Amino acid sequence: MDTPRQEPQIKIRARKLSFFYEGGHQALFENDLDIPERRITAVIGPSGCGKSTHLRTYNRIYSLHRGQRAEGEVLLDGQNILDPKTDLLTLRRRVGMIFQKPTPFPMSVFDNVAYPLRLHFKLGRKEIEERVEAALQGASLWDEVKDQLRKSGLALSGGQQQRLCIARAIAAEPEVLLMDEPTSAIDPVATLKIEDLVLRLRERFTIVIVTHNMQQAARISDRTAFFYKGRIVEVGPTKQIFTAPREKKTEEYITGRFG
Amino acid sequence: MRDRFNFEIESLKQRLLDLATSADRALVRALRAVDGSAPADDARSVIASDAAIDAEEVAIEEECLKLMALYQPVAGDLRLIVTILKVNGEIERVADMASNIAARAIDMAEAHVPPEARFDFAPMLERAHKMLRGALDAFVCHRSDLARKIILEDDAVDALNAAHYANARDRLLKDPALANYTLDCVTVSHCIERIADIATNICEDVVYLEEGQIVRHQKRIQA
Repeated sequence: MDTPRQEPQIKIRARKLSFFYEGGHQALFENDLDIPERRITAVIGPSGCGKSTHLRTYNRIYSLHRGQRAEGEVLLDGQNILDPKTDLLTLRRRVGMIFQKPTPFPMSVFDNVAYPLRLHFKLGRKEIEERVEAALQGASLWDEVKDQLRKSGLALSGGQQQRLCIARAIAAEPEVLLMDEPTSAIDPVATLKIEDLVLRLRERFTIVIVTHNMQQAARISDRTAFFYKGRIVEVGPTKQIFTAPREKKTEEYITGRFG
Repeated sequence: MRDRFNFEIESLKQRLLDLATSADRALVRALRAVDGSAPADDARSVIASDAAIDAEEVAIEEECLKLMALYQPVAGDLRLIVTILKVNGEIERVADMASNIAARAIDMAEAHVPPEARFDFAPMLERAHKMLRGALDAFVCHRSDLARKIILEDDAVDALNAAHYANARDRLLKDPALANYTLDCVTVSHCIERIADIATNICEDVVYLEEGQIVRHQKRIQA
């Protein structure tokens, strides 16, 4: 989507970023990618191309698995988060993540959203209540759940659960939101609600979204990066990628000739 | 899905080329009627054939809209459907021009005009018609280089139209008795000039199709 706003700052710079799974299998090969601030960057590519792997380096979530390692640099506001000294709790507050399947915690709607607030901030009860409401409002869920805040988060519909996860992520006031195929497990109507929400969140957060849904990437993102076999083949304004891509491989993928 | 789309798009392209052939045939017959090498009846059949071309243009447009809705094409596929949609409209206008020329040819055939007062459209016709055929060749053969060259030829046809217009003004002053014939000639010249414009538009669409670059409204396009 085009905007009249001036050129954004770069929030994340990946430089010569490589990634290795346990056993040495290399999944990413020295990729460079700039993520502009308060814009939506879509990452597309066939299964196994490394797009989710790339995304997962941005908040080091791969560190949960032994034997996985990233090489190169991921600069968040100029600071290399791959540095072993990086405080991961702070990093994950700054860089939130939404997964493919909604992952509400087995607790009430209220507690799901209050959880990161209690984890990251020292707040009084009143303040927590205010910020839970604000986060649920921000995730376009408040009107649907305001009378059932004590109900289990797992009792909500799939689309509501995903918005609850978004509310939980934004409650911590992150700077970046990573979304790994956030609508692939929910129905088309709920998908459009999430897309509207993502477009609104763009005003406040830098968003990187991995998606298999090409129309979704075309509809909501400002920039699109196309990954293939662990390498970035092409990155550019979404409008250009979907009307006149420069690389033959991109053209073949987005027109469904392979993948 | 991909195979089905390929089949549909190839069928659509073929229909567009059939439409172009019909419009071209109408144009050739109309032009022959103007220079007197074909009877006025041929001109009448050109006018009669326009309705079928209009109907096919609408049918092709509907097919394009259907493919866009069903397949939501992107990149080269999107550019191809958009180009077919636009070239389709241009070809329909070629048939309209043929019809207009044919209507004038019928009137002109009835006028008693001394040979020295007759307008010679042959050089202009030849250029405009060559541009149109070249534009369609460029579309079929994916030749944006050819399209860019053809675009540059439009100025020459514009100049010939301007010369006919100046000639017509002189004739109207010198020989008002031939005013009807002269005004018909102005219309014919204008229609031929429009054919060259249409060829230029198609060439611009071909450049977009092949290169993804919109080159309309640019004074100078590098060949």
